[in-house]
Amino acid sequence: MEQFFQQLTNGLAVGGIYALIALGYTMVYGVLKLINFAHGDLFTIGAYLGLTLLTSLSLTDRLGPFWGVVALAAMAMGLVALVGALLERVAYRPLRESPRLSAVVSALGASIFLSNAVMLIYGARFHVYPQDLLPKITLDLFGLQLPLVRVLILAASLVMMTALYLFIQKTRIGTAIRAAAIDQGAARLMGIDVDRVILLVFLIGPALGGVAGVMVGIYYGQINFTMGWTYGLKAFTAAILGGIGNIPGAMVGGLLLGVIEAMGAAYISIAWKDAIAFCILIAILIVRPTGLLGERVAEKV
Amino acid sequence: MTLLSLNRLTKSFGGLTAVNNVSFQVEGGSIVGLIGPNGAGKTTVFNLITGIYRPNQGEIIFNDGSIVGQPTHRIVSLGIARTFQTIRLFQNLSVLENVLSGCHCRMKSGSLAAMLRLPSQKKEERRAVERALGALTFVGLESQAEQLARNLSYGNQRLLEIARALATEPQLLILDEPAGGMNEQETGALITLIRRLRDRGITVLLIEHDMSLVMRVCERIVVLEYGAKIAEGEPAAIKADPKVIEAYLGTEENE
Amino acid sequence: MMDRTKYLYLAGTVVLAAAPAVLNTYWVDVLNNVGMYAILGLSLNLIVGHAGLFNLGHAAFYAIGAYTAAILNSHFHIPVLWLLPLSALTAGLFALMIARPIIHLRGDYLCIVTIGVGEIVRIALINNVFGITGGANGIFGIDRPQIFGWVIRRPQEFYYLIWLFLMVTVFLFQRLENSRFGRALNYLREDETAAEGSGIHTAHYKLMAFVIGAAWAGMVGNIFAAKMTIISPESFSFWESVLMFTLVILGGSGSIPGVLLGALLIIGLPELFRGFANARMAIFGVAMVAMMIFRTGGILPARPRTYRLPQPAAAVEAKP
Repeated sequence: MEQFFQQLTNGLAVGGIYALIALGYTMVYGVLKLINFAHGDLFTIGAYLGLTLLTSLSLTDRLGPFWGVVALAAMAMGLVALVGALLERVAYRPLRESPRLSAVVSALGASIFLSNAVMLIYGARFHVYPQDLLPKITLDLFGLQLPLVRVLILAASLVMMTALYLFIQKTRIGTAIRAAAIDQGAARLMGIDVDRVILLVFLIGPALGGVAGVMVGIYYGQINFTMGWTYGLKAFTAAILGGIGNIPGAMVGGLLLGVIEAMGAAYISIAWKDAIAFCILIAILIVRPTGLLGERVAEKV
Repeated sequence: MTLLSLNRLTKSFGGLTAVNNVSFQVEGGSIVGLIGPNGAGKTTVFNLITGIYRPNQGEIIFNDGSIVGQPTHRIVSLGIARTFQTIRLFQNLSVLENVLSGCHCRMKSGSLAAMLRLPSQKKEERRAVERALGALTFVGLESQAEQLARNLSYGNQRLLEIARALATEPQLLILDEPAGGMNEQETGALITLIRRLRDRGITVLLIEHDMSLVMRVCERIVVLEYGAKIAEGEPAAIKADPKVIEAYLGTEENE
Repeated sequence: MMDRTKYLYLAGTVVLAAAPAVLNTYWVDVLNNVGMYAILGLSLNLIVGHAGLFNLGHAAFYAIGAYTAAILNSHFHIPVLWLLPLSALTAGLFALMIARPIIHLRGDYLCIVTIGVGEIVRIALINNVFGITGGANGIFGIDRPQIFGWVIRRPQEFYYLIWLFLMVTVFLFQRLENSRFGRALNYLREDETAAEGSGIHTAHYKLMAFVIGAAWAGMVGNIFAAKMTIISPESFSFWESVLMFTLVILGGSGSIPGVLLGALLIIGLPELFRGFANARMAIFGVAMVAMMIFRTGGILPARPRTYRLPQPAAAVEAKP
């Protein structure tokens, strides 16, 4: 019971992080039908920028642990959003009219560049987040121990996901994003500025990925320039699991994948932990490519 | 003798019934037109015949054998070739190579024969090039053999699609709006071409919006509306059929 | 035209044959790497360049060939070069097995799945799957290859083995791409529906591209194992797959000279410029983006095939 509870809460916290990254994949895919391979590296950049801001501005000393971390997250989100918009402008916009696979290669190239740029700037070794960032409090729930940081990570990701969901569902801009995802041409005819929608998607997605990077730094304490592709692939799996292009799907997929992975590591084999996500990915694509919440789209010949 | 026969064919996508209980026969050596207003299910019928879709119900008999459930490439090698409504050429390959794709299913050499360049493989390649050139000559594109397909004019791209289909040595050739985007002169030449195809022993089934072409070239016409067959007969009878006039020709002629 | 290419190849052969005589051991070893990656690139080119199937897990096939050779050699002392066909066979069969269920997936999904397969294979090797892969430490004590009792040991000797293999590969693959088989791969790359509608069994050709490409990568794996005498999972990481993919795309996908140049640039260039080695992947990344925007076909794009056309008089059909 104790182990099950620990794995469940751990899985949910990690799953929340997957979900935040997955949202970036799914939003870009929804509008551009492109797998943004560089998205995982935006997440890495978020983690590294967060660390730099933390050490250079000593935010937590000035604002206290809670508001310090919030300010840090907000700044990392803003900066990564800028990188995301720049990425779209340089690597994807010139290829809007090209064959899809050209954009895929460009995305791969951008991913290789970004992760290696991080390596060149920060070095190839692991970097460590300060351990005293958040108070080490453990909550006691009927005899079950629950670290506060887990609760905060899960809560923060749930708050952001809900905010995004409401933004997409309830606002005019959100409606424009949904319309562009369904049919770009029609959206354009209805007077929607599709270029702005794409830009917006490349601001929101990377912002969420960036904050996920900070969360991983805080949760695990160490970061590395290659972590973007592992997390990226897992988050992509989460997006596929929920149904790519589908925002609630990414959230459900992320949380589900986090829990499955934690349980698999605990009850099956920890050595195979990283293979679990890939097996799920392959199985889903073979058996039900539309994911759990996706809709089937007929192809016109 | 009946070459192709559709028996009570039905295909639905979700709630939409695109083809509803359609039956008709195509006699060997004839030219048959399939017409109907937009969205009547004509292209869906073609996609069912060529195995791109699988019918929910019904039978498709070609040369006395059922072809339902066969993969498209197999149906092609059985003797049914097609062109596409939206031109689907291999744009970045040469005109000749586009036609060679049609020869593919009549060739045998595999990867090993190619690597070893066996005499049989060399001979087969030479004959395929000859046959492809023959098909190009038939449609009048032999002088453009080494051009890239994307550099051809629109009308010539349509002709190239026909040459590619011809290279599969079909018994039945299915043309999906072959005159689409052609000018009057090109359409005239197309009519001659379709008749020459028939004279070569190839049965032709075509969808076309250009009524004058359909009336001039087709010996039999099948009319679809909302996925169901509403009339079938010779051009003169179809022209006079009140149901057809109401459904299709009426609106068309008012324009 | 054809003659010029022949002379070019001939001159290249002479220069290559003389290379070990003038270069020191270090540079010969660099050329060995270039040669091996060139073969890997050519094998991947069949899948990526000709069939247009984005495979980012090619290192998995390379690994299976290497491990086949390593396991059978270290357990049963079968000479490594005799295991060459077996390395090809296991890698090819593995490709057949994994590609069959995923082959219908659309381009970008296929790409992601191949990444997944590559990772699963690597994790399996680390976890000492079936108890035969030696875990994270890998397998050591692999015999040197022998040809008629002559043991290949020095880099200069490997050089001739590798570059001979490369030349045979170029020779065979050139024939392969100028054939019914090669054309079929191009048709399905250009438009799968139209290819199927022209009578091409697209699923079969996609599978065959994977199987032949994988088999060739497996043979390179065999030579790699024999050259290193020790192999471990880290030699077959995702970055190996990325490197192979990059050299195909940058050099010229679907073009044999392009892939050869790609291997030379991507493996050889970082050796020429010290300090470049660290930044090389970042530079290749930028180059990939730029290449897609400005020159999709790569540095040396594929040239259209040429056919010997019969004289007009010989063309069969007469016009009416």
